[in-house]
Amino acid sequence: MSVLLSVIYLIATVTFVLGLNKLGHPETAKKGNLIAAFGMGLAIIGTVFIHDLEVPTIIYVLIGAAIAIGSIIGWLIAVKVEMTKMPELVSLFNGFGGASATLIGLVEFSKNVDNTMQATTIVSGIIIGGITFSGSLIAWGKLNGSLKSVIKLPQHNVINNLFFIAVIALAIFMISTGVYNPILLYGLLIGGLVYGILFVLPIGGADMPVVISLLNSLTGIAAAITGILYNNMVMLVGGILVGSAGIILTIAMCKAMNRTLTSVIFGSFTASKDISGTNKTLGSIKNATASDTAIMMNYASNVVIVPGYGLAVAQAQHVIHELEEILTGKGVNVKYAIHPVAGRMPGHMNVLLAESNVDYSILVEMEDINPHFNNTDVVLVVGANDVVNPAAHNDASSPIYGMPILDVENAKHIVVNKRSMNAGYAGIENELFYNSKTSMLFGDAKAALTELVGELKNM
Amino acid sequence: MNQLLEFIKDNIQITYILILSIFVGVEVIKSIPAVLHTPLMSGANALSGVVIVGAILVMLHSDPNDFIALTLGFLAVVLGILNVVGGFAVTHRMLQMFKKKK
Repeated sequence: MSVLLSVIYLIATVTFVLGLNKLGHPETAKKGNLIAAFGMGLAIIGTVFIHDLEVPTIIYVLIGAAIAIGSIIGWLIAVKVEMTKMPELVSLFNGFGGASATLIGLVEFSKNVDNTMQATTIVSGIIIGGITFSGSLIAWGKLNGSLKSVIKLPQHNVINNLFFIAVIALAIFMISTGVYNPILLYGLLIGGLVYGILFVLPIGGADMPVVISLLNSLTGIAAAITGILYNNMVMLVGGILVGSAGIILTIAMCKAMNRTLTSVIFGSFTASKDISGTNKTLGSIKNATASDTAIMMNYASNVVIVPGYGLAVAQAQHVIHELEEILTGKGVNVKYAIHPVAGRMPGHMNVLLAESNVDYSILVEMEDINPHFNNTDVVLVVGANDVVNPAAHNDASSPIYGMPILDVENAKHIVVNKRSMNAGYAGIENELFYNSKTSMLFGDAKAALTELVGELKNM
Repeated sequence: MNQLLEFIKDNIQITYILILSIFVGVEVIKSIPAVLHTPLMSGANALSGVVIVGAILVMLHSDPNDFIALTLGFLAVVLGILNVVGGFAVTHRMLQMFKKKK
């Protein structure tokens, strides 16, 4: 490898580390992203042009075409997609990265099959890349709603594990024989893909963000493995950085939900999907109109808004900001309470509210806002459910028992905006709605909030 | 096992880099406010597109008559660059929204 290319890779690697570091601070995040993107561009250009291979023009044309096609499609998707669809988009892009790693492995296997170490890295790359690709697509489908239900085979843990062992056994067989057999190779590919599907399909409920983060980390590992294969530092370090970043994020998310990674993967959470018959002793609910709510808020001194996925679905981030501004104008102290896993991804709500220019400083995280609910006059829950479910505190049989929640039931009044009485993402009943302090404001978040804003304007 | 030890001996630098990178990754990511979790995940996702470098290498090493290798390599480059460009663009778009009003 030429010295120039090595220097370019070194610079790119440094930009990755700096970029990731800067991404972790609100003031420098944008710069960090651009720095890393610059480094990536440098690494790509260097790889294409700096080498001592005799490469026919047609190959350059093909590489150029592939880069152009992928860039245009990627750019268009990224620019066109709605902000509310961010989580599934990250999942989709992540799947593409995994697919890329798998394809590289497919090409390289026949050339390196006689070298045990090389063959091992390639085979691991194919398996991990395949799992991330199909797994990410399933996660994408689940998040955008095209795959609604939690599909679970009986004894899925046993089946999944046996299947995984079979895939590994096939891999070991292929490596140990040291012979290139395309049927086995494509069999392995299919094995990885099927395992990815089996792995993500049974996971449902509030656990999807954790899965995406985990798959993201796996793609990094697949990239790093490919880096080992080519003895390529920028791939190795870049991949490992993503791998460890993903693991740390995954653990942070699990902590926020008071769950362990194993229980997410092997699913005790989603096991109790059965909600029938649990709502008989909960009592009755109280309906509120927009004007009731407007009056309550108008005379409140402290209001806390709890945004959830329903806000994102209804695209109500702008109207909620309008509501907040009107209330602030009337001298009401308004804050947003952000549960770490509200929405479908950690930080999802922050991104959404930032889009509508909500001031960063009134977004308060769970630990900081919980002690203040005692002094809160009105809590407005918009499209959130599981993150305010008191069952997490007082019902040991509940699947979300032990998950830290926003203690909204300590406030004087609670108004819950929901489309219907349907259960939340975790599929369980919420006794908060039956609390005597709670009133329900049914309707689409955007429509209901617009009406509320209208009422407040007339006061 | 012997082969693994042999590999480590032959690739001692790689092994060091591998292990130290894990620590760098953990340190760089640690203690990040929840606000930035989604952009961070998205940015890290863009970085995992670095696998495109491998895809380009596959194509550079391909025989122009090896149709299968070229097709797979071509697809790998398309998917890899999709991950890179899409990932960085989406992250940028998200971060664009974090304007501080003061």
